[in-house]
Amino acid sequence: MKSAVVLLPGLNRDRDMIAALTKISGKAPATVWQTDTEIPDVDLIAIPGGFSFGDYLRCGAIAARMPVMRAVAEKAAKGVMVIGVCNGFQILVEAGMLPGALMRNSSLKFVCRQVKLQIANANTMFTRRYQPGQIIRSPVAHHDGNYFADAETLARLEGEGQVVFRYAEGTNPNGSINDIAGIINSQGNVLGLMPHPENLIEAAHGGNDGRALFEGALGIAA
Amino acid sequence: MIKARVTVTLKNGVLDPQGKAIEHALSGLGFGGVGQVRQGKVFDVELAETDKAKAEADLKAMCDKLLANTVIENYSVAIT
Repeated sequence: MKSAVVLLPGLNRDRDMIAALTKISGKAPATVWQTDTEIPDVDLIAIPGGFSFGDYLRCGAIAARMPVMRAVAEKAAKGVMVIGVCNGFQILVEAGMLPGALMRNSSLKFVCRQVKLQIANANTMFTRRYQPGQIIRSPVAHHDGNYFADAETLARLEGEGQVVFRYAEGTNPNGSINDIAGIINSQGNVLGLMPHPENLIEAAHGGNDGRALFEGALGIAA
Repeated sequence: MIKARVTVTLKNGVLDPQGKAIEHALSGLGFGGVGQVRQGKVFDVELAETDKAKAEADLKAMCDKLLANTVIENYSVAIT
């Protein structure tokens, strides 16, 4: 399975994502720049975290309108898996590839800590290596992770199993509605989440709770 | 040239923690009777277009495509 990582000015977790994908898949992902209009033939496209374009206007708003995102949307429409982490999630939401919006944390503070996540849907390409309801640990580091969707959208997300990760055991760090930490599109191939599973993949990270996500997506045996 | 002001505000029902913090700060400064405060954004835009109707249509398209996130925000356009 091949992967690609989207690079944009202001991202700062791109090296972490590249390192995680390289370690887990055994080969380095391709990288695509913001102005690229073609993405190589890959199975998984990752949009890392950071502060693309300095979070100007709204987090992810400018990045979502760069040429590379049109290419990502075209690949996603053909069924290629896409994962957006943190700023990557914000970019997917701004690009209209996932519903809802990510607003300023209710505390108004930047949060950088470890949270607990419940696997709310283990029946996705990304979570198939976890058990339904399993609680895993994951780091978070963001200022705007407060997920919001109107009542109708929220009911649809909950009803269709599109809520994939939920903050568990009172660890919701940002006030997101229904403790939502990550959602998937209705086709089941575009995932966005605020936590950083790529930062918890080996013992040196203090645990490997995030590893199974990439192993599942890349079809790699644990 | 046409100059316009675009105002972007949060929709009703969308929580605004920043507005809430400002509201508390105003009360803290001794301003009594401050009700709800909602924070928004203002964009002053200059356009080469001279036709007002065309400029307004362009500005609305700009709001829909970039300036506002219509999931959570409303916008209004005023040609000045």
